[in-house]
Amino acid sequence: MTTAAGAHGGHVDHEGARFGMWLFLFTEILLFGGLFILYAAYRARYPNEFHEAGGHLDAVIGVANTVILLTSSLTMAASITALRTGQRRRALASLAGTIALGVLFLVNKYFEWSGEIARGFYPDSPLLAGRPQGEQIFFGLYYSMTGLHGLHVMAGIVLLAVMLALVLRHRITGGEYHKLENAGLYWHLVDVIWVFLLPLFYLAA
Amino acid sequence: MDRTGSETHVMPYRTLVRVWLVLLGLTGALVAAGTTLHPSLSVWAMLVITPVKAGLIFYYFMHLKYEKPLLTGLVFVTLGLLVLVIGLLFSDLFYR
Repeated sequence: MTTAAGAHGGHVDHEGARFGMWLFLFTEILLFGGLFILYAAYRARYPNEFHEAGGHLDAVIGVANTVILLTSSLTMAASITALRTGQRRRALASLAGTIALGVLFLVNKYFEWSGEIARGFYPDSPLLAGRPQGEQIFFGLYYSMTGLHGLHVMAGIVLLAVMLALVLRHRITGGEYHKLENAGLYWHLVDVIWVFLLPLFYLAA
Repeated sequence: MDRTGSETHVMPYRTLVRVWLVLLGLTGALVAAGTTLHPSLSVWAMLVITPVKAGLIFYYFMHLKYEKPLLTGLVFVTLGLLVLVIGLLFSDLFYR
């Protein structure tokens, strides 16, 4: 497989670049997969406690964030379509929209976590210490899994900001788009992970 | 400039918007199932609807529909491995 170096008129292996990105995504799938397995094991052990603890989360914010991420996936895919069909301005607008939606997701996450913490639901809190062990485990998983996902959203926003700069500088074009396509693959995977987090935590009750 | 490897299919806006609308509809169905159905039924609804949503994102937004069988196969192997491990985990939990 050959390194992509198209910006300098070199050899571009679109398929190789995409394949390499997918290999990275497999490691991400297995990383979160391990956490999903952990969740499944504890949910099977403490079904009632998980049901009870899920009721303390704000499902409205969870669903709103799902709509936000699904829409950001649409704008991400639209930016690639726009760039490849020669609509550079639309590609830039779609990409900027994707970044804005990612930021909105994190703002919602901030308010959600702040609300949970203010009500005393955080690891090792006096309130949780007095509740059943299953609920303590639920909140431990909730903060670690949504936190890890949030870090991925942050990384995605930085990555997309770099892509935006590269499109502005004509380093990414309709003919040389594999970097944007790979960034899009990453963003969509972050969306897929959230698709699974929604029912596990917010609709658990 | 020399380009090797297949360039992916350009996904029309109309297809993207349709997939997005289906994804929103399925999210609504998921919420409705969680709030109206009996807990045991709503769990089954989640087990069906959530992988369908993920599949749509993989298939259309991530262009898996237009990838070569090798890559598609590798994705299925990775996800299949996860499903297998989760299945083994539950067989251990329920029969220990």
